[in-house]
Amino acid sequence: MKHLIDSTDLTVEEIDDILDLALDIISDKERYSEACKGKKLATLFFEPSTRTRLSFEAAMMELGGNVLGFSSADSSSTAKGESVGDTVRTVGCYADIIAMRHPKEGAPMFGSMVSEVPIINAGDGGHNHPTQTLTDLLTIRREKGRLNDFTIGLCGDLKFGRTVHSLIKALSRYEGIKYVLISPNELKVPEYIITEVFEKNNIEYKEVTTMEEVMGELDIIYMTRVQKERFFNEADYVRLKDTYILDKSKLKLAKDDLSIMHPLPRVNEISTTIDDDPRACYFRQALNGKYVRMALILSLLGVTV
Amino acid sequence: MKIESIQNGIVLDHISAGKALTVYHDLKLDKLDCSIGILQNVRSSKMGKKDILKIHQEYDVNLDVLGYIDPNITVSIIKDGQTVEKKKLALPERLINVKKCKNPRCITSVEQDIPHIFNLTDKENRVYRCIYCEADK
Repeated sequence: MKHLIDSTDLTVEEIDDILDLALDIISDKERYSEACKGKKLATLFFEPSTRTRLSFEAAMMELGGNVLGFSSADSSSTAKGESVGDTVRTVGCYADIIAMRHPKEGAPMFGSMVSEVPIINAGDGGHNHPTQTLTDLLTIRREKGRLNDFTIGLCGDLKFGRTVHSLIKALSRYEGIKYVLISPNELKVPEYIITEVFEKNNIEYKEVTTMEEVMGELDIIYMTRVQKERFFNEADYVRLKDTYILDKSKLKLAKDDLSIMHPLPRVNEISTTIDDDPRACYFRQALNGKYVRMALILSLLGVTV
Repeated sequence: MKIESIQNGIVLDHISAGKALTVYHDLKLDKLDCSIGILQNVRSSKMGKKDILKIHQEYDVNLDVLGYIDPNITVSIIKDGQTVEKKKLALPERLINVKKCKNPRCITSVEQDIPHIFNLTDKENRVYRCIYCEADK
């Protein structure tokens, strides 16, 4: 049985197949509208989420399937002290596939070790978020027409930003991509990403602390939010939260065909004044998230249309 | 000081000086009901000083634990007073319940009865990573 815990669980071929399937769904939605009739998706969200949970649920509904689940640990048996293992085993009796978000790193991995049905990691703490990565890959493919030969800037919280870690790992398997890592010193990417992804694979990267010095080099800028919930100390959060704000003045330094991505939700790191700029693709990215999750559900359930 | 020679059991030799008690602890040798000799700072032509552990009982030694502590330790199986087998150690590819993950954000910090598993990700620098959170050991 196949699970999706880490973006690197999928081979490049499997990722390309999922993206191809997502593109096919986009081109002919009607054909897939009953593909998962009679199937159930359980969304086990031990941590609050809007976009990810609703996009999973919308994805399953658009495939003709049903959804069940909970949206916070307080409304599950976790509040009574039930273990993750027991919750997953129990829900596996009721659902055909599980999407799970948990504040602790590795919780979906443990779930997959005890589960009788496929588990999708819908985000585990600051660790991984592979379906966001698939969303990002689909977005890059749709916006740029390719998944190789570009320069991507990753900006903001690169330490706790799980979307960034997953995306770097997934993109590292494609050719000709240069990485520009833009973050304050306190929020730099973890050392293991540098040594085990960039250096091990001889990938070109650089670390900088300001956006202005690199804006003109970028084909894609991937903005992230400084996440309050990842800080043990609120004073550190307050000090770092407004470090980078992408606005019209910074965009003047950018290429005409820049793609501005953001996993959302944003707070103030992207000024709303640039939302109408054709280079802003973060809301198209959110829509892509639904299509790619439809493709992933079909793929893990082994459903063909 | 007289240390009896072993008739049936195991000798762990070439333990780095000062590490015998770590080996004793990590192999949980305190659970055994047999005599165990712990020799510390024994003179060694190769190592200068070394520690030796002699376990006077047949015992299924956890080679992964030993390999993790020090892959240069030699393991000799003794039967009827003779060495019948010498086992070679290597850095284990996977550690199961040998060490605990110390990352407070890891699922292992809250889930009961979860196996603590580490995979060897960098042999040269002896880096092990928790399979759940990827924190290194």
